[in-house]
Amino acid sequence: MSSRRIFARPARFAAIAPYVWMALFFLVPFAFVLKISLSQTAIAQPPYEPVFDLTAGWDALKAAFAALSVDNFRLLGSDDIYVFAYVRSLTVALTATALLLLIGYPIAYGMARLPKRWQAVAMILVIVPFWTSFLIRIYAWINILQHDGLLNQILLALHLVSQPVVWLSTDTAMYIGIVYSYLPFMILPLYATLAKMEPALEEAAADLGAPPWQVFWLVTFPLSLPGVGAGVLLCFIPVVGEFVIPDLLAGSNALMIGQTLWLEFFTNKDWPVASAAAIVLLVVLLVPLLLYERVQKRQLEQGR
Amino acid sequence: MAEELPGTNVAADTAGGDAFLAAGQPLLRIEGVAKTFGTFRAVDGVSLDIGAGEFFALLGPSGCGKTTLLRMLAGFEAPDEGRILLGGKDIGQALPHERPINMMFQNYALFPHLSVRDNIAFGLKRAGMPRADIAARVAEMVALVKLEGLEKRKPDQLSGGQRQRVALARALARRPQLLLLDEPLAALDKKLRENTQAELMELQRRLGMTFIIVTHDQEEAMTMADRIGVMKSGKLAQVASPRELYEAPRSRWIAEFVGDINLFDGESKLRDGRRLVIGTRDAGALVVAEPREAVGTGKLAVAIRPEKVKLSRHGPVSEAGRETAINTLDGVIADICYLGGTTTYKVKLDTGGMLQASVANSARLDVDAYSLNQHVVAWFTPDDCVVLQS
Repeated sequence: MSSRRIFARPARFAAIAPYVWMALFFLVPFAFVLKISLSQTAIAQPPYEPVFDLTAGWDALKAAFAALSVDNFRLLGSDDIYVFAYVRSLTVALTATALLLLIGYPIAYGMARLPKRWQAVAMILVIVPFWTSFLIRIYAWINILQHDGLLNQILLALHLVSQPVVWLSTDTAMYIGIVYSYLPFMILPLYATLAKMEPALEEAAADLGAPPWQVFWLVTFPLSLPGVGAGVLLCFIPVVGEFVIPDLLAGSNALMIGQTLWLEFFTNKDWPVASAAAIVLLVVLLVPLLLYERVQKRQLEQGR
Repeated sequence: MAEELPGTNVAADTAGGDAFLAAGQPLLRIEGVAKTFGTFRAVDGVSLDIGAGEFFALLGPSGCGKTTLLRMLAGFEAPDEGRILLGGKDIGQALPHERPINMMFQNYALFPHLSVRDNIAFGLKRAGMPRADIAARVAEMVALVKLEGLEKRKPDQLSGGQRQRVALARALARRPQLLLLDEPLAALDKKLRENTQAELMELQRRLGMTFIIVTHDQEEAMTMADRIGVMKSGKLAQVASPRELYEAPRSRWIAEFVGDINLFDGESKLRDGRRLVIGTRDAGALVVAEPREAVGTGKLAVAIRPEKVKLSRHGPVSEAGRETAINTLDGVIADICYLGGTTTYKVKLDTGGMLQASVANSARLDVDAYSLNQHVVAWFTPDDCVVLQS
C-alpha cells in the first residue's frame, strides 16, 4: 500500500506535465497572438492598439474589448497576396511531400532490408547532416547551385549542357533544398515501421502466388501506412510554414505564407495582420492533422 | 488443378507431372541439395524421395538445417547444389510464387490488415480465380477448419488456435500439390496441440494431400508422420517410419535424440548362433540378438529403451520370461520419477552402471511400486537390445 503512495505522486505529476507545458508554451502565446490579430496597427510601443491595462480599471478594459475587431481577417480574405501565399504554401508543401515520399520510401525500404549491423550505420548516415547547422547546409546548396557552382561545372564537364543553367532563385532549387532538408524526417518513421515488419509476411504473400510488385503493393505498402502518415505529417506541416529555404533558394516573385508573415512583421511592422495570417495558417494546418487523427482512430477501432 | 493457377509455368507442367506420378515416380525428389550461408553449410547434400499423399516429418535439433531445407522447397532460398524435382520437373530455381507449393508459417504470418476471409482468399485472387469460385472456396475452407462466423474478423481479434486455423485454411485454399508446415503447432498449448495434431492427420488423409512438416518435437513427428527424416548438421541421419526410428535407430546419436534410452559401451566377446555376447563395463556381459547389419568387432554400444526393461523383486517371473530373459541385472532403486501413466525408476546396478526402467502404473494403488533403496532384479530379452557402433 505504502509503496503505491510513494509512486502515485510523481506519476500524477508526470501525467500533468504535458498539459502544463502545452498551457505555458502553446495556449498562452496563442492567446497573445489571437488578441493581437484582433487589434489595429498603431505607431506606438507596442505597435498595435488597444492595449489591455489591468491597472486602468474595469471601464477602460471594457472599452479595450469593444475595440477588438476581425478586420484583419477580412483583409486576409480580400487581398489576393495572402490567398496566393496560402495556395502557394500548400502547393509547395504537397509537391515537396510527394517528392519526399517517392525518394524517402525506397531509401527506408533499402535500409530496413540491410543486415542488422549495417542498419545502424545507415541510420547514422541519415542523421549525420543534422550535426551541421541547417543554415550552413542551405548556404552550401547556394554554392553548389550558383552560376559557376559545382552542379553547373559537372554538367558542363559531362557536356550535358553547353551553358551554365540558372538554378538559384528557381522553384527547382527550392524543392532541392526542401527535399534535402526534410528527407530524414520522412525516412526515419518509414524505416521504423518497415524494420519492425515481420519478413514472413512478404514471404507468405509470395508463397500464395504474388509476384514481387504485388507483394509490395498488397502487403508491404498497406502495412507501412502508419509510417507513411507520420512521415507525411512531419514533412508537410513544417514545409507549409517554411521560411528560410524559399527565401534563400527560390525567386521572390511568388511568396510562401512564411515569407509573407515575415514581411508583415518585420518590414511593414504590421503585427496584427501578421498575427491574423499566423492564426489562419494554424487553422489550415489543423485540418490535415485532425483528418489523420480520425483515420488512425478508426484503424485502432477496427483492430479491436 | 492446372486451371487454378493460370499463367504460371509450373502449374501448366503439373498436368504432365500427374502422368509422371502414375509411372511410380515420387511426387518430390530432392537430389544432393546443399545450401551454404557464408562458411556455414546449413544443408549438406540431402537426397530424399517423398511420395504423393505422404505425411513426412523433418525432425532435428535447432540449427540442423531442417528449416533451410523447407525454405528451399518453398522457394525462399535457392539451393547451391543439387536439384529439387516436383512431379519430375526441376523447380530448384523457380520463385516462390511460381511453385504449386504452399507453406504454413511458424508464426502463421497472417496479413494483419486483412480479414479472415481476405487472408484465405489472397492466394485464390493471385491465381486469377473467378469471384464466385473464390467465395465458394473460401466458404469451403472456413467450414473445413471450423471458423464459421469469424470471416470478418482481423487476425488480432482471434485466439492463437483460431489464427492457426486461418493459416492452415489459407495454405490449403489453393489446393497445393505439396503443403509445407513449419513448426505449425509450436505456439499452441499442450492440450490444443494434441487435438490439432489429430485434426491435421485427419485432414491430410481426407484431402489426400502431401504434407511435409518441420518440427523439433519428436513426439509430434512420431504421432503424425508416416515417415520421419532425422536431420543432423545439415545431413539426413536416418529416414524411417516412426516405429523403425524408435526401435531400430541407426546410430548412437539418433538413439539418444529420439526418446530415452539406456546405453552401455562395450566390446563384442562371443558369437553364439544368432546371439552375440557383448562385454560392457557398466552392466557386465549382455546377450543381444545379432543385428541385421553386420557389426565390426570394435567398440560397440548396447541400447535398451527404458520401457523394455522389466523390474521384479526376485527375477524373471513369467514362463516365457524365463526362457528368453537372459539378461538379468541386480541393483537397488536409486531414483523414482512418477509421471502419472508410468513411473521411471533409476536402478543403480551392482555392476556399477545406472539403468532406467519405465514401468506402467497399471494399478491405482501403489502395492506394486518399488521404494527407494529397495533391491530389485532388472531384466530384458536379447531381442529388446539394439547394438550400435560406438
